[in-house]
Amino acid sequence: MASIILDKVGKVYAGGTRAVGDVSIDIADGEFVVLVGPSGCGKSTLLRMVAGLESISEGTVRIGDRVVNDIEPADRDIAMVFQNYALYPHMSVRQNLAYGLKNRRTPKAEIDKRVAQAAEILQIGPYLDRKPRALSGGQRQRVAMGRAIVREPAAFLFDEPLSNLDAKLRVTMRLEIKELQRRLRTTSIYVTHDQLEAMTLADRLVVLNAGRIEQIGTPLEVYRKPASTFVASFIGSPAMNLISRRAVPHLPGTDHAGTIGIRPEDLTVAPDGPLEMEVLAVEELGAQRLVHGQTGGERLTVTMPSGEALPEYLRLAYRPGSLHLFDGKGLRIA
Amino acid sequence: MIENRPGLNLLAHLTLMLGVAVVALPVWVAFVASTHTATDFMSGTIPLWPGPHLIENYSQMLGAGVSTSGTPPVGTMMWNSLVMALLIACGKIAISITSAFAIVYFRFPLRQLAFWCIFITMMLPVEVRIVPTFQVVADLGLLNSYAGLSIPLIASATATFLFRQVFLTIPDELTEAARIDGAGPMKFFRDILLPLSRTNIAALFVILFIYGWNQYLWPLLITTSSDYYTIVAGIKRMADAVDGLPQWHLVMATAMLAMLPPVAVVIGMQRLFVKGLVETEK
Repeated sequence: MASIILDKVGKVYAGGTRAVGDVSIDIADGEFVVLVGPSGCGKSTLLRMVAGLESISEGTVRIGDRVVNDIEPADRDIAMVFQNYALYPHMSVRQNLAYGLKNRRTPKAEIDKRVAQAAEILQIGPYLDRKPRALSGGQRQRVAMGRAIVREPAAFLFDEPLSNLDAKLRVTMRLEIKELQRRLRTTSIYVTHDQLEAMTLADRLVVLNAGRIEQIGTPLEVYRKPASTFVASFIGSPAMNLISRRAVPHLPGTDHAGTIGIRPEDLTVAPDGPLEMEVLAVEELGAQRLVHGQTGGERLTVTMPSGEALPEYLRLAYRPGSLHLFDGKGLRIA
Repeated sequence: MIENRPGLNLLAHLTLMLGVAVVALPVWVAFVASTHTATDFMSGTIPLWPGPHLIENYSQMLGAGVSTSGTPPVGTMMWNSLVMALLIACGKIAISITSAFAIVYFRFPLRQLAFWCIFITMMLPVEVRIVPTFQVVADLGLLNSYAGLSIPLIASATATFLFRQVFLTIPDELTEAARIDGAGPMKFFRDILLPLSRTNIAALFVILFIYGWNQYLWPLLITTSSDYYTIVAGIKRMADAVDGLPQWHLVMATAMLAMLPPVAVVIGMQRLFVKGLVETEK
């Protein structure tokens, strides 16, 4: 159990390429923080710097009350879950779980106890003597998590642990990870590019773009008040509509905005609404549908309940107070 | 082949049988020769069926050897060959797996240069450097010793390269997981790399054992004492009868015996061997 404090952390590769710059995050003891961003935004690099697999070029990382910059990964008291599980293929599940403890000279009885405990928590008891190759993807993922749990580390680091699973399993495993973390109360950092995964798992979200933090906040804060157009377009599905103010100059209260954002779910069909949209395509999702169209040359998406066929043109109104205003540089004004 | 036509099957089988015959006929003739007396084989027609002297010939070779050609009993020579082949195979594997480990997993100055230097030695097999190598071995006083027989043949670029390729297929995450699990470099080597290269080691062992067993030129050069004759070089010496006819029945019996250990190794390690050459999943 420990807090993790990143202070102005940066990563510059030997060739001079900057992958991460000026990242400061305070992660409280027991908190579940998700780093989210598109591929290449530096989120994995950041996690690997916390793990010690990547050297830290700038700033400091503290785990608990120690600065760990120059401490070997094994001595940082962290456990990591990898995207491709990284189970030792020649060892049985039991040996996989026990390997880290064995290397730390944990007494045999203690190892057995912890392995049994982890196996029970993760329900992998029946497979303990199998080789990883005889397990399904979900089971392997559980074993990988088991390997982290048995260590009883100060922090769990997850590097896109669910991306190799199929969509359905991903949803179940997501929930399991969440429950597990609730139960163990271990500080966790979780990296993903999937905004839905990020929203559902996180106590706090850190949205990264091009190696820099765009916004830190609880999932709802980030969703309701995205700090920039980047965050606005990245968090939420379907993505927020971002319209240049020039396309809709008549909307009241938007005088200083460069870009106006409206969530698709904040738009409703209203005969006297201020926006007119030409309908281009409709995606039926069952309970609701996504209507794609354009207004003043800008793309617009609306979520609405499924129903009868739509006319060619729709008039739309937005929920009062639901407009997000961004300045010319894409930063939030209101 | 997905097609199942009797004609094609027959053709395929005939081709295979022909191949087996081409390979097996000389072996068969050697075996037949080893079961006759010396005169039977010199009489003009080569017998094609085994004769009655099998036990007699083999027990003479295993027990006394051929005194006239100055070779020791087959047992001694087989033992020498076995020691040499094992030293070469194990030595090559040990050296090349550790050098591949260094090249793949450690960042040291001139790493690429080191790799290419190893690689270039492929162009310098024993036959090319035989005179200087002999000089070195002689200066070190290693003539007529197991060390002299095996050490000059141990360095192997091919095996290093093979292990390098094997290590490159092992995912980085596995290395990282081991690092987080507190395995230092040597522990990682012992606990992860060695078990994962098990099948490759076996495949390489088979190839290298046969390579070592079949060494002819080098042992012939550096062994002058009959205590260190290897079997392959010994057969040559037996066939070189100066003052009489070569005793072909005994030479062939020796050849048959010389064939057994490599065959045993191949058969014994067949499954691992094939697995080591075709297995890709890590």
